[in-house]
Amino acid sequence: MSVRVLVAMSGGVDSSVAAAMLVDQGYDVTGVTLRLWGGEADQGCCSISDVHDARRVADQLGIDHHVFNFSEDFDRHVVEPFARDHAVGRTPNPCIECNRHLKFDLLVERADVLGFEKIATGHHARIVERSAGIRRLHRGADPAKDQSYVLAMLDQSTLRRCLFPVGDLQKTEVRELAASAGLRTAAKSESQDICFIRSDEGRSGFLESRIDFHPGEVVDTDGNRVGSVEAVQLVTIGQRKGLGVAGGAPPRYVVEVDLPAARVTVGSLADLDCNFSSVERIEWSHQRVEGILSVQSSAHGEPAAGVVTSDEVEWMSPHRRIAAGQSVAFYDGDDIVGSAVAI
Amino acid sequence: MSGQPRQREDAYLDHAATTTMRPEAIEAMLPWMTSHVGNASGAHRAARLARVAIDDARDLIADLMGGDSSEIVFTSGGTEADNLAVFGAAQAIGGAAVASTVEHPAVLACVEELGGRLVAVDHHGVLDIDMLGSVLGELDRTAVVSVMTANNETGVVQPLAEIAAAIRSKAPSAVLHTDAVQAFGWIEPDGYADADLVSISAHKFGGPQGVGCLLARRPVVPRQVGGGQERELRSGTHNVAGIVAMATAAMVCAEQRANTVERVKSLRDRFVDSVTALDERVSRTLGDFDVQNTLPGHAHVCVEGVDSETFLLLLEREGVLAAAASSCASGAQQSSHVLSAMGVEASRARGALRFTLGWSSTDDDVDRALAGFESVLEHLSVTL
Repeated sequence: MSVRVLVAMSGGVDSSVAAAMLVDQGYDVTGVTLRLWGGEADQGCCSISDVHDARRVADQLGIDHHVFNFSEDFDRHVVEPFARDHAVGRTPNPCIECNRHLKFDLLVERADVLGFEKIATGHHARIVERSAGIRRLHRGADPAKDQSYVLAMLDQSTLRRCLFPVGDLQKTEVRELAASAGLRTAAKSESQDICFIRSDEGRSGFLESRIDFHPGEVVDTDGNRVGSVEAVQLVTIGQRKGLGVAGGAPPRYVVEVDLPAARVTVGSLADLDCNFSSVERIEWSHQRVEGILSVQSSAHGEPAAGVVTSDEVEWMSPHRRIAAGQSVAFYDGDDIVGSAVAI
Repeated sequence: MSGQPRQREDAYLDHAATTTMRPEAIEAMLPWMTSHVGNASGAHRAARLARVAIDDARDLIADLMGGDSSEIVFTSGGTEADNLAVFGAAQAIGGAAVASTVEHPAVLACVEELGGRLVAVDHHGVLDIDMLGSVLGELDRTAVVSVMTANNETGVVQPLAEIAAAIRSKAPSAVLHTDAVQAFGWIEPDGYADADLVSISAHKFGGPQGVGCLLARRPVVPRQVGGGQERELRSGTHNVAGIVAMATAAMVCAEQRANTVERVKSLRDRFVDSVTALDERVSRTLGDFDVQNTLPGHAHVCVEGVDSETFLLLLEREGVLAAAASSCASGAQQSSHVLSAMGVEASRARGALRFTLGWSSTDDDVDRALAGFESVLEHLSVTL
């Protein structure tokens, strides 16, 4: 009997092609769309039209399609922490928490109960086997679409269960495959934004009803008041705009946010540099890797050389400060070896 | 590859969602989809023929619902009938809309849009009459109170006569609407005789999908406007085939009701007794609440330690088709507002399952459902 795979289909082109490829490869494929956000959304993986697209692609491929309602878990693991983190001055990465808790943990749990050997998604990442059965998450073949950063938390047992069929492809190849298979999602545009935040309300509109905003003063590194913000909770390290600071050179960036004191400090780009970044929740995908690693602190940021200690990243050369709450991925070459969260 | 009908060997236990069409109804509607052409609103012979068919159906339905022909408004189904009743009565009478917390969304959404009030139910899902009284007492003027005849999820029947009495004493201006969509096939018209407005839907009792009606003993203001084809209370070309088939299904249903109720009830009782005996994780959602108070085809159970979404998928794999609460537009299972209103703990409601039998259910369906249920429990004992 062929291997049974549960493929998460968001209604986008990548997961559509992932499902199609698995069918071609002879797997026994079932599609599932996760209903995550129960509230209003303008696009993203939860809208009715996206579920419809996923269902119609599944119909075309001749595979079963189900919808799993994970909205309560999504609220608990993604939306509520997103608001809570902002309330304490962190800048969380909800897509990573969603991957961690929903797309992988919960989906694997479901796959276990339902008897699926594998789960698959349309992420641009590869799984490679290194020494003695050790699997590593490897960057996707298309550098512009590589999503290994948002999957950095996957451990060995999850990596053994996962398939990322489009990880070997360039995005253009994905679209070509979709077009040649006549999939309705072939030309569909991608969602970039946070799926539970409507474009007309934005992050502040979304958070407004969930947490208290406090106004704050903006000071320079000498402590002189230079501006003000309406909500300290919305200010992020490295931010340049919306600080009520008079324009003109040189540009000033947020270098520190002191939430209890309701004070935002701005400085030059050089003031953002640091030699160490504190991190917590360090997880190694197999075991701790010593020595110099490539450390990446945003989805499409350039990695920088650093050494990971028990609670810090020591940068080889000064590195721009990382906002608290941001995920940090550790690479050995193009292999993910671990992850952490900046504090 | 796609859109294949369910396998014949599936045991279908989701008759409350939609039930098998009565062969008599199919036969009755066929001529109106083949040899007969004619818009019932026209003037020529073919149109008049269609008009006669609709009026005959109207007489029949009115009689079966315990009403008068002049009180029947054909609609596209239960939801439209509910909308016409709640919005229509609120506008005709003027005042607040009130409903129970366990109503179908077809009623709840109307009441919400009108800024109305909801009245709680007890832990069996039966309306709290005292609370209804106090809500009506607090409101300046109530136009419409909407309480379903029987609940779609649990099958629990509401005490409409007591509710009507409470309305008469506390809010005499108000009308009582009842959504009898689930109940109509199973109960005699005296079960909703106290209601001024009654909604039904053909596909719940062996007619086709897409047709229903409102029995309006009191005036309502039209909701869907246009040509005014249906007694100026509802616009849109008549669904002649659907209306004829609905009346036929209603007639057959009424003729066979006593036997069907007895037979289905005993199938249902056997099913519930057996599944709850299988494993201590399986319990009756309504506990020892008298099964006389539910519709005969409804079996509602909770399985501990598993979510209904997973359980239903596993059951489907065993060839058993059932349901949980309701599905949203995406097809995802939604947590039940009915169980929540009854105060069923969320952990228990998570594993809630609705099995519903219908006029065409057989002993074999129940046997296969029981076997499937048992296999799923065994599977879960290993994997959980």
